[in-house]
Amino acid sequence: MSARTGRVRILRGREWARPVRPARRELVSALPELEEGRPPLLFVPGFGHGAWAFAEHWLGHTAGRGFPAYAVSLRGHGGSAPAPEATLRAYVHDVTQAAASLPRQAVLVGHGAGALVVAHALARYPARAAVLVAPVLGGWGTLGAALRHNPAGTVPAVFGGPLRLTRRQLFSPDLPDPQARQYVARLGRAGRRAQWQLLAHRAPEPAVGAPPVLVLGSPDDRVVPPAALTRAARRYGSAPLLFPGMGHDLMLDARWPEPIDAILDWLAKA
Amino acid sequence: MSSSTDHGRPDPDATVALAPDGRSVSDRGDTVCVIGAGASGLAALKNLREHGFGVDCYERETGVGGAWNWRHDRSPVYASTHLISSRPFTQFPDFPMPDDWPDYPHHGQLLSYFERYADHFDLRSHIWFGTEVIRVEPVAGDRWDVTTRSTGGYGPERTSRYAAVVIANGHNWSPKLPAYEGLEQFRGEIMHASSYKDATQVRGKRVLVVGGGNTGCDIAVEAAQQASQCWHSTRRGYWYTPKYLLGRPADQVNDGLLAWRVPLAVRRWLHRLVLRLTVGDLTRFGLPRPDHKVYETHPIVNSQLVHYVGHGRIAPVPDVARFHGSAVELTDGQQIEPELVVFATGYLPRFEFLDPSLLGDDGAQGQPRLWLNAFAPGHPTLAVVGLVQSDSGLFPLSHWQAVLFARLLRQRVERPERAAAFAAQVTAGAGQRYAGRVVSSSRHVFEVGHTEYLRAVQRALDELEAA
Repeated sequence: MSARTGRVRILRGREWARPVRPARRELVSALPELEEGRPPLLFVPGFGHGAWAFAEHWLGHTAGRGFPAYAVSLRGHGGSAPAPEATLRAYVHDVTQAAASLPRQAVLVGHGAGALVVAHALARYPARAAVLVAPVLGGWGTLGAALRHNPAGTVPAVFGGPLRLTRRQLFSPDLPDPQARQYVARLGRAGRRAQWQLLAHRAPEPAVGAPPVLVLGSPDDRVVPPAALTRAARRYGSAPLLFPGMGHDLMLDARWPEPIDAILDWLAKA
Repeated sequence: MSSSTDHGRPDPDATVALAPDGRSVSDRGDTVCVIGAGASGLAALKNLREHGFGVDCYERETGVGGAWNWRHDRSPVYASTHLISSRPFTQFPDFPMPDDWPDYPHHGQLLSYFERYADHFDLRSHIWFGTEVIRVEPVAGDRWDVTTRSTGGYGPERTSRYAAVVIANGHNWSPKLPAYEGLEQFRGEIMHASSYKDATQVRGKRVLVVGGGNTGCDIAVEAAQQASQCWHSTRRGYWYTPKYLLGRPADQVNDGLLAWRVPLAVRRWLHRLVLRLTVGDLTRFGLPRPDHKVYETHPIVNSQLVHYVGHGRIAPVPDVARFHGSAVELTDGQQIEPELVVFATGYLPRFEFLDPSLLGDDGAQGQPRLWLNAFAPGHPTLAVVGLVQSDSGLFPLSHWQAVLFARLLRQRVERPERAAAFAAQVTAGAGQRYAGRVVSSSRHVFEVGHTEYLRAVQRALDELEAA
């Protein structure tokens, strides 16, 4: 099913009957000195990452270019409340809540599995635009790639254990080793149910308000194979923007300014 | 125009046409006019803009929120108004209320929700505040001439021509007062619930509250706490659903059953069983036995009424027969002497700016004949949004009405044959109801079951968009 068309679903009886329980949410921000009327960006980190991953470079850079920048930590990650039994639906709830709490209609930027959360959130919140960075949209291909590059870190996750990502998966060799090791040490883990849902979940419903969607990533990403990147972009009717030589964590890798500048240029143009 | 917000707005007088009687009309092209910036008007404004339409919204007050803005002179809310449907049923489907809010938010929180909605989607710049619509007339080509002026009748009138009109003027502001014999002779104080604002108005008085709706029950409870004596007069017995069942908001429990498509008869049986286990037999308290099945009247959600009846703070009494100089005679012959009578007898919809026959309301009874409670036969570019009495929250229903109308307007251009099929459906289905059997009463004219209604909207949307 294409992400742009498809049937709008009005009745959500089961969701209304069982609303997601609230959990304390970490929302960090960097605001431009001068309000220039630009749309705010909400960055959504992937599994294992918290808002810190964006606070490192991208938030400040975005604010420096005049866009209000926010990053949320999904429950169980970063400074948000612990949530070992979290589901994908709870993560989507966290993102729509964070987005609706912003003063103006936001651009959602999801990284890794956070892009999948954003793809689902787009059906619940009319984002001004969406950016999927190195999107892990799930399915068995994701598992295949992870097993190929990091069998020892992946196998436990299949059985409900934590998914351990390695330095080689996340970063290019350009990033100084101590820095990379420090980032890897900060990684947490997603809920095991959410990890399983990464493999089998319903396709995202059509996005509300048909926002423009940009997909970008790296052909040398060891988590998202280039074919998956192309597939993701095609779903939203475009081709991926590529940054060769970078690892999966484009926001932390050595050449982090390039992708964020591309995103902001695209927004300024759109 | 005396609107305070029109700075920086492009001049609308791009084209000037002439009305049949020679008035000059500024043609607004494909722009859509939305009347009212309450919950339903805001939903219409946001969704029409999202579908690419230019929108002019007229609001007679100086702020958004309509009925939920207590500063507005037509607002029916009182200080203690809380929602009676829980958050998931009340929020707009694409703009959730903060999840740290209570299950049943206060009306003040609701107003801040609408203000945030307006700011979040940058709606205020499209609203002409302090401007009331005095006439809406159809003109050739399914277009509309909308005449406006400053609220209160100051300043010149001004007529603009629109491609479509959304009426979202609300239906809870024009009080409905039943005629009682001898009411003019009654020497006590009388008021309609619309002028009830807070408990100080009943403090220390002998109060009769007339009406068994949610407002009547709320005011009876406040009178129980504050007044020296309180009678509560209802025409019939009701099922008083508590706000919480099994520790969860009652509507969420009910929708859990709906989601499993549990048949109505079984849900009725379960509901009665749960009520028997929690509230129990109300006739013991002197309340009349309900003369109808569960779900056949608009739900009354109140946990406190029975509690105060049990404390003897509320005396349930039957319907009012007639008024005397200082006493009120009830249908059972009993005479009581209240100092204050509060009529919580509801509201009637009013479209003072529109020929009632346009909405199929030929006798001007306040009972339009529409399809999906929104679409008027023969007027494909007119929609009424929010004219629904839902057994649950209203705003999601308004949202989907607005989405359906926006997509209809888009299909009129992109696929006229689909829009024509929709128009035929409107004519065929006008007056259709979306609730199971309900007790016949003017308060149930717009009553819909939210699941049945939304299912009908879903079907309409699917047919409109079908390949």
